[in-house]
Amino acid sequence: MTTIYSAKKIITMNPARPEATHVAVRDGRILGAGTLEELAGWGDYTLDERFADKVIMPGLVEGHCHAMEGTLWKYTYVGFFDRMDPHGKIWDGAKDIEAVVERLQEADAAMDDPDKPLPGWSLDPIYFGTGGEGGARVSRADLDRVSTTRPVGVMHASGHILNVNSKALERAGLLKKGLNNPGIPLGADGLPTGELKGPDVMTPVGIHVGFDRDMLACDEGGLIDFGKLCVRAGVTTATDLAARLPEEAVKMMIEVTARQNYPARIVPLRFHHGVSPKELIEHALTLKEQSTDRLRLGKIKVVVDGSIQGFSARLRWPGYYNGAPNGLWYISPEHLKEVLEAALKHDLHVHTHTNGDEATELVLDTMEDVLRRQPSGNHRFTLQHCQLADTAQFRRMARLGMCVNLFANHHFYWGDEHYNLTVGPERAERMNACATALEQGVPMTVHSDAPITPLGPLFTAWCAVNRITASGRVQGETERIDVDEALEAITIGAAYTLKLDDEVGSIETGKRADFAILEDDPEEIGGDRLKDVRVWGTVQDGRIFAASDL
Amino acid sequence: MKAPMQIPITVIGGHLGAGKTTLVNHLLRAANGLRLAIMVNEFGDLPIDEALIEAQGDDMIALAGGCVCCSYGDDLMAAMQQMAAMAPPPEHIVLEASGVALPGSIASSLSLLPHVVDDGIVVLADAETVRNRAQDKYMYDTVLRQLADADLIVLNKTDLVDSPTRDHVRAWLIEQAPEAVIVESEHSLVEPELVLQSFIGRARGAYLTNAHRNRVKSHVMVPEAETDAETLAAKLAQDETVVRAKGFVHQDNTSKLIQVVGKRWAVSDFDTDKEAGVVVIQTLG
Repeated sequence: MTTIYSAKKIITMNPARPEATHVAVRDGRILGAGTLEELAGWGDYTLDERFADKVIMPGLVEGHCHAMEGTLWKYTYVGFFDRMDPHGKIWDGAKDIEAVVERLQEADAAMDDPDKPLPGWSLDPIYFGTGGEGGARVSRADLDRVSTTRPVGVMHASGHILNVNSKALERAGLLKKGLNNPGIPLGADGLPTGELKGPDVMTPVGIHVGFDRDMLACDEGGLIDFGKLCVRAGVTTATDLAARLPEEAVKMMIEVTARQNYPARIVPLRFHHGVSPKELIEHALTLKEQSTDRLRLGKIKVVVDGSIQGFSARLRWPGYYNGAPNGLWYISPEHLKEVLEAALKHDLHVHTHTNGDEATELVLDTMEDVLRRQPSGNHRFTLQHCQLADTAQFRRMARLGMCVNLFANHHFYWGDEHYNLTVGPERAERMNACATALEQGVPMTVHSDAPITPLGPLFTAWCAVNRITASGRVQGETERIDVDEALEAITIGAAYTLKLDDEVGSIETGKRADFAILEDDPEEIGGDRLKDVRVWGTVQDGRIFAASDL
Repeated sequence: MKAPMQIPITVIGGHLGAGKTTLVNHLLRAANGLRLAIMVNEFGDLPIDEALIEAQGDDMIALAGGCVCCSYGDDLMAAMQQMAAMAPPPEHIVLEASGVALPGSIASSLSLLPHVVDDGIVVLADAETVRNRAQDKYMYDTVLRQLADADLIVLNKTDLVDSPTRDHVRAWLIEQAPEAVIVESEHSLVEPELVLQSFIGRARGAYLTNAHRNRVKSHVMVPEAETDAETLAAKLAQDETVVRAKGFVHQDNTSKLIQVVGKRWAVSDFDTDKEAGVVVIQTLG
């Protein structure tokens, strides 16, 4: 059974045949892309013209996001920017503290039980201005206006700060004087202001405001909603970049993704926390065996350092621009070496999280060392975020056969903060150096880290092309890339970093019938409007998903 | 000083290979009737004597004599709350931090939990390798910060070095953590009473970056008789140049312990015969 789709234009990402008017699909795979006459040679077909006025691209691939974005929409969204939920509703951005409080008051009014916790997410007071360095501060007094009977807690967009009301502090036993913890700022009255910085102080209070124990896990409903977000963003393959992946969660994920109406291929990575290197490798090998068509298991994520805006990333000299002490290691060099070496030996694919350039340097040093003993021509170990890498480090990545997935969205959301506070002007301009990566021959993609920033590869591509910060400055002119390069990064580029480029990422004979169906032409609309390209929906393994029917 | 329902916690830190797991094992064997709860990152490296195991779950092992072992994996706070809720509760919790963790941060976070109290930080140092590790390109500041957090430093594996080396390392450790007590050991064999003693009220050396270190001075300030402890502590905390301060004042026939770190201060009753005096560390200009 062959279906040939006509389109206004098909952008194939196959350099030998970059454009086509028709694509033929059989058994969920691509027979070929070309003209109707060429494709008719495959035999009997049905001509489907529903996409005749649309532009078809390869299904977009998000190489670094978390399926919990689906789960978070159960909570109240209080972000600064407009954002679309899994059901297609666009939530207006909350532009000041007043708007945040009002949004939470509405949620409060809709709840029956006055003691039940009220969690909100994606707060970003740095945009509220006039609050001095780093923007305005939200206090427990603000959130007390939402409720004095129920615990209220709002997670910041960065995931590094939690703001809570007095009730939440009281439930956690922290509404008292004399606390001495750098993560808990105190007010003039000696009591906590309600701002909690860093996971160590967020967790003990977080459980009282409704943030579950395992923030990075997604439940069944969340995974289903995540699939909907994928369709709306034109994504057909998405990672779930760090999960513990216990047996019951894996079972649920296999079952949900196997459903006939599940629209995406999910690639979950097992993170290294909480198990020894040996156990990690064993678990990854077991997971690999369980891999299915739409749930690709067996990859490993190793978190090496923290984050730049949380000042927990490991930076090389001269460190943080504001003089903050260097960040934290989340794995010892010895364990990192053990994991990388064993993974190479067992042909397991590893992605490393490094934000600071010192953490990146450690991974490069370690790879150079272990590759001497475990040579591999095709390991494709990928540096995730890798935000501060300099040209010398990109040269080494290329020599070592590594890939990179840069956090392009950061420039838009936190670029000004990096410029003014965290790393200073010079390094802020070279952050997420897409152009340098390509110039040095490092296979490269870009990511959203959803839910940290919204899932939307076309928006992420826009960020990489324009490098515009929230205040409207271009930050790092020379690191901007072309539209073509950006489109490549969010398709075949990302597929390469997942070792899936033989299956997805381009529209050519033999590959899976994974398409992003677009209302506008990303090659024609102009780099400055790339983020405005409208997504009609997707085709995944030949199955059609219209965003409007979700 | 302890509120009755709070379980004391001792955090054990130190670089990879310093002997933390060996110490934990030793504490279990020598617990001598004390119901210890031992928390480890993962069971991977902990060779527990099979004969001692009474029951075993995924992340909890019950041992003869009432001790338990728990692996906290990636969720220390949840495991800790579970531990505090045990019936009967353990008499003492010992937490083995990972080789890259800063034990001071862990202790500080744990002390936020209502049922536990930060009782002490024990940091192990391998006599043979610690100085090299403190010069490692990547780990140097982590190693120094760990030592600076310590109430008690166990200078371990002294059997592997000659005595001049041992003395040098010891002198070097005193520089890194002037406030800490230092004991020597071989094979992590330290008296449990020593490891599990309460260090409540003791000041910990704040890790100062090199830049900082060159620009601070320390002096002893002798308060006038009948100085109000809280007023003095608040005044020191408001002083932008004060990095930290610690000492005693005598007021209304009792002694008060003053502790100031940055803008934070605390005053508590503290029974001591020491003369009034506050050590103040200040930045220079």
